[in-house]
Amino acid sequence: MARLEVLRAWLFAALFFCLGGAFAQDQIAVPERRIVTDLSGILSVQQQATLTQKLQAFESRKGSQIALLIVPTTQPETIEQYALRVSDTWKLGRKGVDDGALLLIAKNDRKLRIETRYGLEGPLPDAIAKRIIAEVITPLFKHGDFYGGIDAGVDRILKVVDGEPLPAPQKQGYNEDGWLSALPLVILLAFVSGAIFRALFGRFFGSLVAGGVTGTITWIVLSVLGAAAVAGVVAFLFNLFAGAVGGANGWSNGASSSRRAHYGGPMGGTWGGGGWGGGSSGDFGGGGGGLGGGGGASGDW
Amino acid sequence: MRLGTWLLLPLFAVLTGCGYNTFQTQDEQTKAAWSEVVNQYQRRADLIPNLVNTVKGFAQQEKDVFIQVTEARAKVGSIQMTPELANDPQALKNFQAAQGELSGALSRLLVVSENYPQLKSDANFRDLQAQLEGTENRITVARNRYIKTVEEYNVTTRQFPSNLTAMMFGYKTKPNFTVENEKAISTAPTVDFTQPQTRK
Repeated sequence: MARLEVLRAWLFAALFFCLGGAFAQDQIAVPERRIVTDLSGILSVQQQATLTQKLQAFESRKGSQIALLIVPTTQPETIEQYALRVSDTWKLGRKGVDDGALLLIAKNDRKLRIETRYGLEGPLPDAIAKRIIAEVITPLFKHGDFYGGIDAGVDRILKVVDGEPLPAPQKQGYNEDGWLSALPLVILLAFVSGAIFRALFGRFFGSLVAGGVTGTITWIVLSVLGAAAVAGVVAFLFNLFAGAVGGANGWSNGASSSRRAHYGGPMGGTWGGGGWGGGSSGDFGGGGGGLGGGGGASGDW
Repeated sequence: MRLGTWLLLPLFAVLTGCGYNTFQTQDEQTKAAWSEVVNQYQRRADLIPNLVNTVKGFAQQEKDVFIQVTEARAKVGSIQMTPELANDPQALKNFQAAQGELSGALSRLLVVSENYPQLKSDANFRDLQAQLEGTENRITVARNRYIKTVEEYNVTTRQFPSNLTAMMFGYKTKPNFTVENEKAISTAPTVDFTQPQTRK
């Protein structure tokens, strides 16, 4: 009896993994995370650039991430399943706000979907999404005017989302946040290396070496040369100045800086899923959204 | 006292190594996923009175369908599904059956509304239909997440060495949504939803 149970569990597991493998092969891959992606070639380069600019401007002004993806087909998955997979992989929206949406068009399937994430379900409920699809986008698609439909649809989505009070956008996604979250480290480095090197090499040269060390380590951690240079110079001046004025003043300086660093802390948390977006392409702020719930609406033409 | 510490230490290591904490995490995950399932079903149930009233405004004579939907909704509302009850196979089965019945009644309601062009072009009805469609998709997503978390939990229950912990504390595999019912519940409405759009 027990052996039968084990055998059944084994068979189940085997079936599960083999099936999983088979499905994984059939599914369409989720493309690289970009704000505008056209894999079926219905938009010209110029049109893509216009849409990218529009959506980027909106993201930096409002903070919400609205992405556009055009694929030839989502088969064998339904458009709902694929849209959810893409928006979960891309983690559209800011961390904690989840204010992302995906306009997905499957050209050969003649289907489209607006996938709304939790943070935008207020301004963009299913009924509104459906109306945008049925009244704004598909009438133009039926005449073969893809760019017109997409552009009008995007405009309408942005307009609707714009009416909603959402948290103000972060200044410039990745770099500043990284810089802010690294502040405590920079201050600590300046203190520790300053104390060591000033004792070894004297005030001026010790501060110089401390500045260099702080700058280098900041560079390694942040891989942003400008920020590292600033950190190095600040560390140098800080050590020189703190040494000249005297211990007490130096400490109070440190305290006020670390308070600033503390303010930086929670903001630093927002670059959660950063990796992809911010660094290389510069296309898109880092998404920090969680898993989506499958909100939105689908339609066809 | 010292002997107690020496006995506790390996026990602690064994429990951690044999997935005691994994059980706690995964159990909480299934509960959260279940709450989402119930939440989305509730969302659907909340839409129904509005939908029925809107359809009634255009198609008073379809009394049978209204009665079916109202009864099915009442039945669904009478079942209180806590995460603990979801561990009971029979209760889960009943819950599924009731929700499936409601899905069936709803799809009949939508089929009937096909016969009333005025109703179909009513803005209110179209909004409600879009909301229902969105909710059905959310239900599917929530169910899939639940199925996945239960699967993980069940694998932990059966796998070595965590199955020893399961035996020790009496953790059992949880019942899951079944495929037959999955079909009955989720595909019937989707088929009906696509119809009005392709006809346009």
